[in-house]
Amino acid sequence: MESILTFDSLLFTVVVKVLVIVAFFLVAALVVGYLEHKVMGHMQDRTGPMEAGLGPVKHGVGQLVADGAKFIQKEDIIPRSADRWVFAIAPGVALVPTLMILVVIPFGPGVWAENLDLGLFFALAASGVTVIGVLMAGWASANKFSLMGAIRDAAQLIAYELPLVLAGAAVALQAGTLSLVEIVERQNELVLFDTIPVWYGVPQVIGFGLFFVAAMAELNRPPFDMPIADSEIIAGHMTEYTGLRYAFFMLSEYAGMVVLSALAVVLFLGGWYPWPGADLPDGAWGAVIGTVTTIAKTVILAMVMTWARATFPRLREDQLQRMAWTILIPLALAQIVVIAIVIVVLP
Amino acid sequence: MTEYYESYTTVFALLAAGILLVAVAFTASRLVRPDRSYGGKLSTYECGIDPVGQGWSQTHIRYYLFAFLFVIFDVETLFIFPWAVVLGEAGELQPFMLGVMLVFLFFVTLTLPYEYKKGVLKWA
Repeated sequence: MESILTFDSLLFTVVVKVLVIVAFFLVAALVVGYLEHKVMGHMQDRTGPMEAGLGPVKHGVGQLVADGAKFIQKEDIIPRSADRWVFAIAPGVALVPTLMILVVIPFGPGVWAENLDLGLFFALAASGVTVIGVLMAGWASANKFSLMGAIRDAAQLIAYELPLVLAGAAVALQAGTLSLVEIVERQNELVLFDTIPVWYGVPQVIGFGLFFVAAMAELNRPPFDMPIADSEIIAGHMTEYTGLRYAFFMLSEYAGMVVLSALAVVLFLGGWYPWPGADLPDGAWGAVIGTVTTIAKTVILAMVMTWARATFPRLREDQLQRMAWTILIPLALAQIVVIAIVIVVLP
Repeated sequence: MTEYYESYTTVFALLAAGILLVAVAFTASRLVRPDRSYGGKLSTYECGIDPVGQGWSQTHIRYYLFAFLFVIFDVETLFIFPWAVVLGEAGELQPFMLGVMLVFLFFVTLTLPYEYKKGVLKWA
């Protein structure tokens, strides 16, 4: 099956795909950012943004657009002692890899940009590049808080990258492919004990948990926000940043929530199928239903991330590292072994 | 084969579009933002006190140890991927493939209890 965005002319196809991805990237990040403002607000018994609106719709729906318009007009301060060039491009280096992941994520039957053979591998690899932007920011700021934050971020990414990738490898093991599209399709064919159709999230419930926790840690989402702990190191690598460059770091966090939630949906929650073993109609209806389903599941996962932020206190740096190395990584390795044995023993 | 290259055309086009997006946003910002920098504004932020020493300082050795651990385990993970993709369709080779991977995982994972005992994993 080909992407629905395929046209006769290669140039036109590529341009349309790139435009759709960039538009989705920006809109999705704003929507999830707004969602977080509102959900956090109501969880803390306040209303969140209420004034900024888009046309007649109020309730703060235009808050992040207004924020963006403000950020772009803010003075851009680069400290005298900073390494100017590295400081200036670091936010871009943090943002672009998140955008790149979207190229492989399938949203519905035919609704994807590219079905790469190593889609899962590409997504996991690209998600790891963001930390280079953070390290560049921390080092180039020539600020002690920034350096501490950046190096904590690198240590955290190192520790949580492993459970994330190992959980992904376990899915590849069960599906027998790295293509995200094929993972979704084979996932829908999985039937437990010849009777109960399930998604990979059921036999791999541990992997799903590991993946989700590690994704939150990779994005520096609370309770894993040690690298930007405001009570200890101001804002970590973002301490010296102002205006649009600061906004880009925030944008990459929100976009990262969307992208990693969508990846979790594709790997563990059946992708575009509304329920396990579902059969979507061919053609446009199937594409619409599938896309709506994927986006709905993604929003739910992003909301769970916000929920965790409102619920859990921040972990301490040493607790964070110990949890990854002594609990999550052994658990992830054990899961791979168990699934491999099940695959070999059960035909 | 053409299809293969075409799919990566989109990937690289998207990379270019991302860089362009960042460049356009920064240029637009440069056109509308004010620029009134002076002495104190450009100094390094250290809670309002004049900076002490410089920001590029040495950090604790433990980060180095964790980086080493990561390299070992990450390479191990890289070996798992190709094995994971073909295991399901390996037919009668399956028990052999599983055994080999179990031996490999055993020796790599053996390092974790050792490091734990040595206190490397404790953030002290």
